Amino acid sequence: MSITTRSNKEATRREVDRAIRSGGGDWRPLAFQGLLLLALITSFGILVVLLTDIVTNAWPTIQARGFSFVTDGLSLNPETAGVFTGIIGSVIIASIVALLAFPIGISAAVYLEEYAPDNRRTRFVDTTVRNLAGVPSIVYGLLGLAMFVPLVRMIGLGGSTGGKNILAAGITMAALVLPIVIITSIEAIRSVPATIREAGFGVGATQWEVIRSHVMPSALPGILTGTVLTLARAFGETAPLLVIGVATGYFAPAGDASILDRLTGPYTALPVIVFSWSRQTQAAFADTLAPAAIVVLLIVLFLLNGAAIWLRNRAEKRW
Amino acid sequence: MSDRSPNDAVSGESALFDGAARAPEVDAARVTGGSPDNTHDVIISLEDVDVYYGDFHAVDSVSVPIREKEITAFIGPSGCGKSTVLRTINRMNDLIPTARVEGSVTYHGVDLYGGNVDPVQVRRHIGMVFQKPNPFPKSIYDNISFGPKIAKYDGNMDDLVEESLNRAALWDEVKDKLDDSAYALSGGQQQRLCIARAIATSPDVLLMDEPASALDPIATLRIEELMYELKQDYTIIIVTHNMQQAARVSDRTAFFNIDIQNGQRAGRLVEFSETATLFTTPSEKTTEDYITGRFG
Repeated sequence: MSITTRSNKEATRREVDRAIRSGGGDWRPLAFQGLLLLALITSFGILVVLLTDIVTNAWPTIQARGFSFVTDGLSLNPETAGVFTGIIGSVIIASIVALLAFPIGISAAVYLEEYAPDNRRTRFVDTTVRNLAGVPSIVYGLLGLAMFVPLVRMIGLGGSTGGKNILAAGITMAALVLPIVIITSIEAIRSVPATIREAGFGVGATQWEVIRSHVMPSALPGILTGTVLTLARAFGETAPLLVIGVATGYFAPAGDASILDRLTGPYTALPVIVFSWSRQTQAAFADTLAPAAIVVLLIVLFLLNGAAIWLRNRAEKRW
Repeated sequence: MSDRSPNDAVSGESALFDGAARAPEVDAARVTGGSPDNTHDVIISLEDVDVYYGDFHAVDSVSVPIREKEITAFIGPSGCGKSTVLRTINRMNDLIPTARVEGSVTYHGVDLYGGNVDPVQVRRHIGMVFQKPNPFPKSIYDNISFGPKIAKYDGNMDDLVEESLNRAALWDEVKDKLDDSAYALSGGQQQRLCIARAIATSPDVLLMDEPASALDPIATLRIEELMYELKQDYTIIIVTHNMQQAARVSDRTAFFNIDIQNGQRAGRLVEFSETATLFTTPSEKTTEDYITGRFG
């Protein structure tokens, strides 16, 4: 009896053993995994090559000039030319974007998500905003030239440039990122769980109180991330600025000019400096100063992205 | 305290777990709720209430009187409209743009859907506890104080928070960590926090939409005991899938079912009576089939 049982057990064991061992046959899963890995290596590889090339080219300048490259203004002499003017220009543009696009964009998103009736018109607006986010930036440049430059001139802030100044540039950039601010804010507001809203209404809160005390605090991390990333976009865009008359040449920083004169006078921005240097006939500008300016631009963008991540984590960690 | 606790009749462990594991049948011995003395006045009255979501007729002509300081249970299969009916009482259905309510819902004789009625004020008088515990992502203290704060409560907030948590049988567990996140509490504690939050605005009616369905049997039991205590001061309406729960805690039970007429399905009230009667000698065949576990 016991012998039969044992041999039965042994037979079962062998059968199971055969059944559960892999046949080792199918190559397709492996091939698929390989393809995925290849895609990753390709995209990452391009990035690495690009970065290496830029940093290598920029190295002589970075080594020779050090931090003074960041603090020196524009100059025709490659020995002393720096990106300070561009950084200031870009920071001012980004500030105007923050002042205009964030409040308007977030408010529009709150209205669309919380107050607008769910009808065809609202959906049309929603779709349009999404499409606007994909409009090429040069088109916003034309819009700026046709509308914001005259607008700035009309309200008396044209200055010596007749409106083609940093104020018009900031407004144009704000219009450019506005759809992105609205979309990311909408997504952030949408991701707030319905149960939190219900809880608010359930204890007798008005819609305003629910939005202010519960929806907005919960949506804030997402909104912050989105808005900081749009700042990075405003920092890096070049095309619209070229259309609305950014100075690609060199101008002497007005030593004793008032703040208003500076704001309404000629200006430049960091990416524009990269653009104009790379077209210079003087070899030093295109070969090593432009890459160095790109390195500065990339560092600023990385810092902004880092800030976005930091802000999001901080806001999320509160609870 | 009442001399009759809701769980006296359900003794031992098997009773604790039968809600989840066993087929939903209720034997007469388990019906501990439900012989109300009829001394309480009707506080809320639903008359011929129809609810539509767009073209969908969700609830068809429901009439239920709710008496003060009793527990009324709404039972029935999924999709029978019991939650929808519950949400007409504090106008939570207003939040769904396509929802439309017909018929009359009166509270102390006042039509809740009359002109000039502010749903926000209605919800301060008729509080609600939801299916999944949904504390605000804030501290325990702020969860309780939010409702009174927006209602411009001018008394001592600390005392109110303590009293509300006490009534929800949660104070002893959280008194040393009022500033901690409400999310740090267990599911059962969170649901009692939600009950405390609902109580804090001093409503006189509490609507509970399957308040224990996301909780384990022990936490469920605590909620049921709490409901039993709360009915000294509050009128409670509870929607539940758990028939033992209805049989244990409620004084009266309304049984809803899905009715298909001319190819259209709508939730309809089948039977409404004292809980003891409904579970032992139901007058409708459908009710009997449902409570004996033949469908649902």
